[in-house]
Amino acid sequence: MSGIRYSFGADEHIFAEINEEMSLEAFFKGMAICKELETRRISGVSEVCPSNASYLVRFDPDVIHPDKMLRTLQEIEAQVGEAEIELPTRIVEMPVLYNDPWTRETGARFRERHQDPNSTDIEYAARINGYKSVDDFIAAHSGAPWFVTMVGFVAGLPWLYQIVERSKQIEVPKYLRPRTDTPKLTIGHGGCFIAIYSVRGAGGYQMLGITPAPIYDPQQRLSYFKDFLAVFQPGDIVKFRSVSREEYDRDVEAVAAGTFNLTFRPVTFSLKSFHADPGGYSRHLAEVLNDH
Amino acid sequence: MTIEVIKPGLATTVQDAGRPGYYNIGIPLSGALDQYALRVANLLVGNEEGAAVLEATLLAPELVFRAPAVVAIAGAEATPKINGEERPRNESFAVKADDHLTFDFMKSGARSYIAVAGGIDVPVLLGSRSLYGLGALGGFSGRKLAAGDVLLVGRPRGGARAGLALPADLTPIYPRSLELRVVTGLYFHRLTDESAETFFEDTWTVAPEADRIGYRYRKGRPLSFRDRKQPFGAGSDPSNIVDAGYPYGSIQVPGGLEPIVLHRDAVSGGGYAMIGTVISADMDRVAQMQPNNLARFVDVDMATALKARAEYKARETRLRSALAA
Repeated sequence: MSGIRYSFGADEHIFAEINEEMSLEAFFKGMAICKELETRRISGVSEVCPSNASYLVRFDPDVIHPDKMLRTLQEIEAQVGEAEIELPTRIVEMPVLYNDPWTRETGARFRERHQDPNSTDIEYAARINGYKSVDDFIAAHSGAPWFVTMVGFVAGLPWLYQIVERSKQIEVPKYLRPRTDTPKLTIGHGGCFIAIYSVRGAGGYQMLGITPAPIYDPQQRLSYFKDFLAVFQPGDIVKFRSVSREEYDRDVEAVAAGTFNLTFRPVTFSLKSFHADPGGYSRHLAEVLNDH
Repeated sequence: MTIEVIKPGLATTVQDAGRPGYYNIGIPLSGALDQYALRVANLLVGNEEGAAVLEATLLAPELVFRAPAVVAIAGAEATPKINGEERPRNESFAVKADDHLTFDFMKSGARSYIAVAGGIDVPVLLGSRSLYGLGALGGFSGRKLAAGDVLLVGRPRGGARAGLALPADLTPIYPRSLELRVVTGLYFHRLTDESAETFFEDTWTVAPEADRIGYRYRKGRPLSFRDRKQPFGAGSDPSNIVDAGYPYGSIQVPGGLEPIVLHRDAVSGGGYAMIGTVISADMDRVAQMQPNNLARFVDVDMATALKARAEYKARETRLRSALAA
């Protein structure tokens, strides 16, 4: 991988593009640099935001001069180097009702903004990715786990990238024009990324399903919000589980009753092991969820 | 002490100096969009300069004070009235119990700041009282004000007095047409040579949907991005990039049509190429632009941005000493 491209976002930001393309290597490098930057607790640095294949730093140029900030980031880049990545992180399983009635209804309302007005988002996504049926598509989507490679756009919204080799990445275009509405907790897919819509709102991703599990709650009502109002951090690993309407409804009731929970298990991700056997390594990660 | 909302205005919210530190999980800075006006209003009533105030947008609210208080209005050029009688802007004044505060329309500027001695008392969330609307976080019940809301006011620090006025040389004006200074970079290289010029040549008009998330501009020539084989993960439109973090003040141009300058309630990231960033010293001026106001973007270097920032900070220092308790 060649060097990072740095660019100033006026006087308060440095944007660092690890690579123009998305890859796990670029994501890990950004994570490693951001982690080191956080560890150094540099005076004047107010925001450190890893994101997919880049990262963003906000700083106070009255405390640390932009040139010095840049030199610091370059120094960290050299220090982090191309080291083998082993990421200690956590994995969680999330229930998803794929092909659900609510996102289907929303999709129907915005059909004129879609590439293929005559099919649903999930039928379209399955077809253009070469799957024979929606069920096959769902099996692939929920088969291998996903990395949270960015959190943002709006509060607590995770972007995820599937832990499969490039040739198996599911890719879909965004809507031709964004919708003005997306149900809360929609599983959307755009480019090679999933977004879980943490709040209801505008959106341009293909809508594939919906999860009953809240991921952002300023009131912090469920036990897994005890420490913070948003669930996900970059580096988390998520495995989706396709559930029936009955199971979805039960989970929604549990959320309302305050008894619903998500369980995170510790896991260490090894980029080397993944490259050696992507399919086997994905299954190995998912097994962590069943070991307890 | 309480304040009752009779009419909420178009979009009136509780804001303070902001909520830094959570952009990495998509929670933006928030806080008063015009930070200088926030400081003016607070210092006039003897508050900490970053205390919580009401930020009114374009159409100001009608409020009733339920107890005596010292109040100051800063920001947009909109004459405040107590029980129908004019009061000065940028000068503290006293109100009695059950006094009604109303405003004339905003002749210039887009945001008025209403400070009350003691500050607006809503819960502090993640270090700030500011509303972040998209996330229903902070402010008054996680939303903009509505008729019938009753706001608590904190206990004044003491020393608040009526008649403290902002010196004329520290009073901003809000022209209908202005220049916004931009440091190019980020994905500026994705623009065609022609668009890299027309962006700075054209006069842009503030669109009606400009808000705290971002200011949208239109009526300039559409911008084109260089053709390329899109990188893996970037999406199909040439204005798309692999989704990345957006700096505050950064300018994105979805589809090449309407530049958007992100402000303090920014969406923290996405897949539209950013072509540059408005300098920090000009962000208050963006905040005071009304729909249909005009802007030209001016290409400046880092040295100019830092000099403008130093001038902004020097004015803040003069403000503090002029209004010191």
